[in-house]
Amino acid sequence: MGAQKKGGARVSDDTEEQTRQRLQAILLADSFTTKFRPVTLERPKVLLPLANVPMIDYTLAWLESAGIEEVFVFCCAHSTQITDYLQTSSEQQSHPNLLVRTIESHRSISAGDALRYIYEQQTETSQIQGDFVLVSGDTVSNMPLADLIREHRERKKKDEKAIMTMVIKKSKPSPMTRQSRLGTDELFVAVDPVTKQLLHYEVDHVRGSVCLDKALMESNPSVMICNDMQDCYIDVCSPEVLSLFEDNFDYQHLRRDFFKGVLGDDIMGYKIFTHEIGSSYASRVDNFRSYDTVSKDIIQRWTYPYVPDVNFSGNRPLKVGRQGVYKASDVVQSRSADVGACSVVGYGTKIGNGGRVLNSVIGNGCCIGADVVIEGSYVWDNVVIEDGCEIRNAIVCDGVRIRAGAVLQPGVVLSFKVVVGRGFVVPAYSKVSLLQQPMKEDSDEELEYADSSSGTADRLSGLSLEMESKGSELGPDGVGYIWEVCEGAHDEEWKHSVAPIPEDKLAEIIQAMEDDDTEDEIVPRKSEELKSDVDSVNTDVNDPGDDYGYFEREVEGTFLRAVEEGIKVELGILEINSLRLSYNMESADCAGAIFYAMMKLAVDTPHSSLRELSENASSIIAKWKGLLGNYVKHTDEQIEVIMKFEEMCQETARELSPLFAQILQVLYDKEVVQEDAILRWAEEKAGADEADKVYLQQCEAFIQWLKEASEEEDEEEEED
Amino acid sequence: MDFQVVILAGGFSSNLQPLVSKEVPKALLPVANRPVLSYVLDLLESSNLKDLIVVVEGEDAALKVGGWISSACVDRLHVEVAAVAENVGTAGALRAIAHHLTAKDILIVSGDIVSDVSPGAVAATHRRHDASVTAMLCAEPVSGPSESGVASGKDKTKKPACYDIIGLDSSKQFLLHIATGVEIKKDTRIKKSILRAAGKMEIRSDLMDSHIYAFKRSVLQKVLDQKPTFRSLKEDVLPYLVRTQLRSEVFPDEKTVEDNGKNNMQNNELVLSQILSNASLPSFHQVYESFLNSRKTHKCCVYIADESKYCVRLNSIQAYMDVNRDVIGDANHLSGYSFSAHHNIVHPSAELGSKTTVGPHCMLGEGSQVGDKCSVKRSVIGRHCRIGSNVKVVNSVVMDHATIGDGCSIQGSVICSNAQLQERVSLRDCQVEAGYVVYAGGEHKGETFARK
Repeated sequence: MGAQKKGGARVSDDTEEQTRQRLQAILLADSFTTKFRPVTLERPKVLLPLANVPMIDYTLAWLESAGIEEVFVFCCAHSTQITDYLQTSSEQQSHPNLLVRTIESHRSISAGDALRYIYEQQTETSQIQGDFVLVSGDTVSNMPLADLIREHRERKKKDEKAIMTMVIKKSKPSPMTRQSRLGTDELFVAVDPVTKQLLHYEVDHVRGSVCLDKALMESNPSVMICNDMQDCYIDVCSPEVLSLFEDNFDYQHLRRDFFKGVLGDDIMGYKIFTHEIGSSYASRVDNFRSYDTVSKDIIQRWTYPYVPDVNFSGNRPLKVGRQGVYKASDVVQSRSADVGACSVVGYGTKIGNGGRVLNSVIGNGCCIGADVVIEGSYVWDNVVIEDGCEIRNAIVCDGVRIRAGAVLQPGVVLSFKVVVGRGFVVPAYSKVSLLQQPMKEDSDEELEYADSSSGTADRLSGLSLEMESKGSELGPDGVGYIWEVCEGAHDEEWKHSVAPIPEDKLAEIIQAMEDDDTEDEIVPRKSEELKSDVDSVNTDVNDPGDDYGYFEREVEGTFLRAVEEGIKVELGILEINSLRLSYNMESADCAGAIFYAMMKLAVDTPHSSLRELSENASSIIAKWKGLLGNYVKHTDEQIEVIMKFEEMCQETARELSPLFAQILQVLYDKEVVQEDAILRWAEEKAGADEADKVYLQQCEAFIQWLKEASEEEDEEEEED
Repeated sequence: MDFQVVILAGGFSSNLQPLVSKEVPKALLPVANRPVLSYVLDLLESSNLKDLIVVVEGEDAALKVGGWISSACVDRLHVEVAAVAENVGTAGALRAIAHHLTAKDILIVSGDIVSDVSPGAVAATHRRHDASVTAMLCAEPVSGPSESGVASGKDKTKKPACYDIIGLDSSKQFLLHIATGVEIKKDTRIKKSILRAAGKMEIRSDLMDSHIYAFKRSVLQKVLDQKPTFRSLKEDVLPYLVRTQLRSEVFPDEKTVEDNGKNNMQNNELVLSQILSNASLPSFHQVYESFLNSRKTHKCCVYIADESKYCVRLNSIQAYMDVNRDVIGDANHLSGYSFSAHHNIVHPSAELGSKTTVGPHCMLGEGSQVGDKCSVKRSVIGRHCRIGSNVKVVNSVVMDHATIGDGCSIQGSVICSNAQLQERVSLRDCQVEAGYVVYAGGEHKGETFARK
């Protein structure tokens, strides 16, 4: 309602409104995923440091410099930590031109919930006044927003339905790195090359091909499908977006649900547009791999001015040296220690003799012993690393202690205050936390938030005591649980970790690419040859046949489901009727398809002998004759069933062919087919080729008996 | 240029009945009083392509076409006429004449094209990219789709008009996807592997394949040998090559053969082709090959004709009408005639009765007579036609030696040669077969007159 009111107002004094409309943004300080676990059990993701500055500061500093005046920070998990942090940073005046308001909700479990919550709040206090920028708190960018917002507004003025503009960015050109650089799934977007309207959005790595609806092709003479784009998750939205989320309470994910809903909905006709950025930077920290990628981008200054040697949000700038080495002024570094290229070392950190740091970020107040090797790793604040440790491609959170001689293999994540025992080797890709892995993995409700932070701390202290007494999985003097990788996620582990992709996985990707290719190859070629074989006149005729094929498969699926779930016959009839209507089939077709499904089930049920098979078949017929019987009320339909049976015996289910007569008798006994149908079938077949008569001959005796029986009946009738 | 040109001139196409007949095969159908084949020959000649093989379906048709060629242009061009069996499809026709093909590259042109797009440019594009196949694409004709979806209209079917769906890379040089014929009516499925390799693909439904192709001979012959079921270039061979461009099956043998002797030369050619295509970046094919070194790729290129160019295939009656209208109308530079100040051509020997008007965009052939008070608008009238008085001819084609009686009215129709319309016949959207007599006073709409 609020949106409508505002819409009315805007029409009346459009330009005026535009000029005084404040630029607003919604920042989701919760990603509603579990990708950063176990770290995010104790600290919200937006407060995790990227090159020693919390992520949210990058986002806020960028929004501020891009001219946003008011930002609503939506917090959910660890909301107190976030509000406290924002409180202190506002006291320090780190974002003087940005009004930061926080919205807290603990019930939201998805971005959709968050936006609904904001919408509800909004109607009370009317906070969101017009178009707003929607970003998540883990965005690192330096793109200008003013032009984008202007572009969006102008488009909106011309076309009421253009409710959203999303930002996309070209990813690196190689087909290999495109999908692996940020650890996200492959993205396929289809865009109108002229208007830049988004036509199709697909993040799906299962299917081998992108399918564009034919209606789409009819309405657009030209469509650009891109695989080399990454979604920056920066959206300029009109207020309608919020109300859409309110109306569709099942929208959860911004892309998966919302885009699908909007793009698939012709009735409302809302449109989403894309904006491609060229020279500026925008990326989202979505998982450990993008954490690694974005950190490196920051060190290599792609994100300028948001780099470690610039104070952009109250952070203490570091000094930049050659080869991208950033060092705090008070770092105590032994003469023999070597800090190599692309590294960041924070305030109050000491590096002992012979230490080697390369491509790594080391936080504030760390103490690194002698002969320690740190490569490609992220060591946060107040970490103690004792002599002789080796750390490669790992993330080490605040307060961790790594005892002498321990080794972290690539991809390890050590959460807060974990202690790694002396000489212990932490296996690759393990995630270690003081907290036990939550038993119940509720993948739908991906809750990042634990209890309030103080509670967690209490529990932690108690826990660490307990742990120390009984020893741990991290060596005799270590503290922490090694989390088990949950099933399914195992394959993803390498994809999302900070470690470089291992050789064998690369090989696998290549292999997958090849396989992909070959798999697809088979399908079209088959149809190709079919097509060129049969005369093209036939293809037209074949079309309904094809339809029938689909229909048959659908019926089979329905039937199997009915069998598995024990659905009642009446419900089965309902379902099949609806299929029949949607495929525009005759009831004879239904009868054929159901019978086919039944016989197929019989054949597929394990059996060792023909007798068993025949028993299977009879029991299935006995059980489901109600279903079949609904479609075989007329003789024609019954004949159809017999013909279908014959066809099956010849083609798809040869096993049944010796049982033809038996099963026909069963069908007769169960009153599925009546003697009229059988006799007429026999008559029709009598004139056929010898080859076609195999089954007729098989049941000659039965037919003979039927004939006699009917004659007798006739005679009896005559006698009466 | 080491290019051999194959013109697929068809036979007695059923799509164009009753316009074509035993006397007039498709290639000789008059467009503005010249056989359609002459447009193709002129076009090729303008690109200096003079080594031609004209493939005609059926012996009879081949004789007719051969006769015309020898009378018309034997002095200018080196033309061979080859007859193939009827209904073998375009691929089948090429299979039949494969032994004639010797050049490194083959240019294949459909014999029913009326166009001003330079085939030389297609050939040059082909050479520049060292492509396996290059297809020429042009914008959909303005008059609506005349594409029948059937290769060169030879297959004995009539299908509703449809467009091609074509996928191009971002530089608009490579063909990444093509769907023709019945596939158009389905949802478009695009393989992710090719999207991955190319990064971007632009899918166009406003372009159509105009049936001018340049093939590498070795590739073409390999495909024809390997896939005996392929019938049509457009529907089978081209889609196959496009589909398999990242996993080529047409190369390995050829490479080994050629590598022995011509290694150096090939390298040179490669360098040359890169220089020519301004390729500071390797094409995505090369990038892809470097990742998967077991793979061979081949390139499928496109030449996209400028939108201002004219290109229509004469493969339906509608297209025949359109082409005739355009050649004396909007695209009159194709006709090779010089137009009068009234934008029409009236042969000096034609006789016009009193108060007869011949409007703009009309053509009146040699020795034709038009009676009094007639009106001819946007129509082509052939040679030695006799048209009575009070006759209206609008948007129609009247072929040579036709006789039209007094008081006839002809709209949107085709009257074939030697046909006779008696008095007061009114035809609208009709076709009259050669030599047919339409009796006096009939009023017909949308009919086809032919002897069964």
